[in-house]
Amino acid sequence: MAIGHPVEVAAEIPEAIRRRWLAAVGEFCRKRPLGAIGAAVVVVNILVGAGANVIAPYDPLATDYGAMLARPSGAHWLGTDAFGRDVLSRIIYGSRTAMLVGFACAFLGATVGAVIGVASAYFAGKVDLFVQRVMDIFLAFPLIILALAVVSILGTGVVNVIIAIAIPMIPRAALVTRSSALAIREMPYVDAARAAGFRHRRIILRHMLPNVMAPYLIMLTAYLGQAILAEASLTFLGLGVAEPTPAWGLMLRGAAVQFAESAPWMAIFPGFAISLAVFAFNLFGDSLRDALDPRLRTQ
Amino acid sequence: MSKYIVKRLVLMIPTLLGVAVLIFFLMRIVPGDIVELRFAGESSYAQKENLDKERVRLGLDKPIWRQFLTWMLGLLRLDFGTSMWTGAPIMEEIRLRFALSLQLAIMATIVAILLAIPLGVIAALRQDTWIDYAVRIISIAGLATPSFWLGIVFILGLLIIFRWLPPMVYTPFWVNPIQNLAQLIWPALAVGYRYSAVATRMTRSAMLEVLREDYIRTARAKGLWEKLILSRHALKNAMLPVLTVIALEFAFLIGGLVVTEQVFNLNGLGLLFVEAVGHRDYTLTQALVMLVAFVFIFVNFLVDLAYAWLDPRIRFR
Repeated sequence: MAIGHPVEVAAEIPEAIRRRWLAAVGEFCRKRPLGAIGAAVVVVNILVGAGANVIAPYDPLATDYGAMLARPSGAHWLGTDAFGRDVLSRIIYGSRTAMLVGFACAFLGATVGAVIGVASAYFAGKVDLFVQRVMDIFLAFPLIILALAVVSILGTGVVNVIIAIAIPMIPRAALVTRSSALAIREMPYVDAARAAGFRHRRIILRHMLPNVMAPYLIMLTAYLGQAILAEASLTFLGLGVAEPTPAWGLMLRGAAVQFAESAPWMAIFPGFAISLAVFAFNLFGDSLRDALDPRLRTQ
Repeated sequence: MSKYIVKRLVLMIPTLLGVAVLIFFLMRIVPGDIVELRFAGESSYAQKENLDKERVRLGLDKPIWRQFLTWMLGLLRLDFGTSMWTGAPIMEEIRLRFALSLQLAIMATIVAILLAIPLGVIAALRQDTWIDYAVRIISIAGLATPSFWLGIVFILGLLIIFRWLPPMVYTPFWVNPIQNLAQLIWPALAVGYRYSAVATRMTRSAMLEVLREDYIRTARAKGLWEKLILSRHALKNAMLPVLTVIALEFAFLIGGLVVTEQVFNLNGLGLLFVEAVGHRDYTLTQALVMLVAFVFIFVNFLVDLAYAWLDPRIRFR
């Protein structure tokens, strides 16, 4: 994905294509207001995460033993935790972790899954059968054990959590893309590419993969929310992101439950942050699916 | 039909075998072993000879292929052996926890069905009205809310509003049903809400699809009573995909509720999983993985069977 230099890329795109894209975005907003709201919340979340150091009123790691378990007030809008750390600032910084994990997992899981699924459909026959069996094994394998094993082998930390969450996504993504790719395999342009003597790798990556974009994008957006939820769950269990990194799942852990009665804000607000972020991704993903899935469009 | 069943049953074997191979070697790649963990706290005992003696006792000194063969032969006789950590037979370790996880899964399923089917049907019948939007928002929110957090919120709410906490010690249903339900209803609601969201969305889209079928139009043209059309013609045909997601979710709930169990202090299979991996209790972890994988594969098998039974075309593929 070319996210490196958006301005330069935009300059290279012919005016007509850019206008078509703008029109498509405009139509999406008009026809699917819920999806547009979801997208807006996602963008806000990304901006908040990216600009956390500018927006957050406090250092998320700064402890203030004079203001432990303080109620929400003018000084601390969402209160403080058991170490006197500002809950709002920790949520703002937590957004960074959540977005990073969400996008990395979804991209990794959906992309590797799509490549495997398309390759499996392309090679067909014995290869396809073998890949399907391996995917079945991973599907039957309990998610939590995979995550536990990955974290035990590699240790905790953001990168390892991303790997632990992305691996179980791969077989699911592979299943979905494979079924779309089976139809594409029969297309004349794939035959043409083969007749032209292109290598398998080129046919799979350049000719077939771009044509499963619709299911790929649908899965990608569905995985974004799932990854954020999975990260929160793993972190809550102590298997994910480790202190002192600010993460939403981490804020719900330990003291938040222990002091829940006297300081409910500690447990409530981070949960809202998780729900809102995932809600926005799902809202956007749903509308995107409706817009991209031709089977639903005819209805 | 019986040929199809046999074929599907035979296909389960390589998958289960693959799961067995995967978990066996995965556990041995994970650093640290049970013997070191056990003696870690008692430095004076942690001498090499003690460690070795313990390894011999647990059979960990044998070559890895021998260990694997021993385990596989046991599996064939449905003998899972004893837990390396507690020494108790694995069947016994699992039985009580399985009962709890199963009960919770069943209760959550009931909650999900009671919510999902009416909501999904209403949303489909009133497509693109505010009712439909409200149902969709409720169900998308259900997918977005972490069950374990919802559990925390339930406990908080009960505590702050009613000054009451659900019992935190598990009582089997047959000992004291009220005590048992008072504890399990909250996690069942927390998990059931998310679960119902999945099922509501499926009910809605399946109903939308079915309501466009010709036979519904025919039934309406015949002047059939609308209620009868909905229950007999539409809902019945829309139920298959709904049953599928409900069944698959159910398979996931067995052993998949690690975090919710933690929040409600429930000693179910999920918690046992975490403990077993934490102790590097190879035999127990392997048995649990095989159990969960079997439940998953078996539920899938039942779903396929239901499809094949209802749709003869599938059988002859």
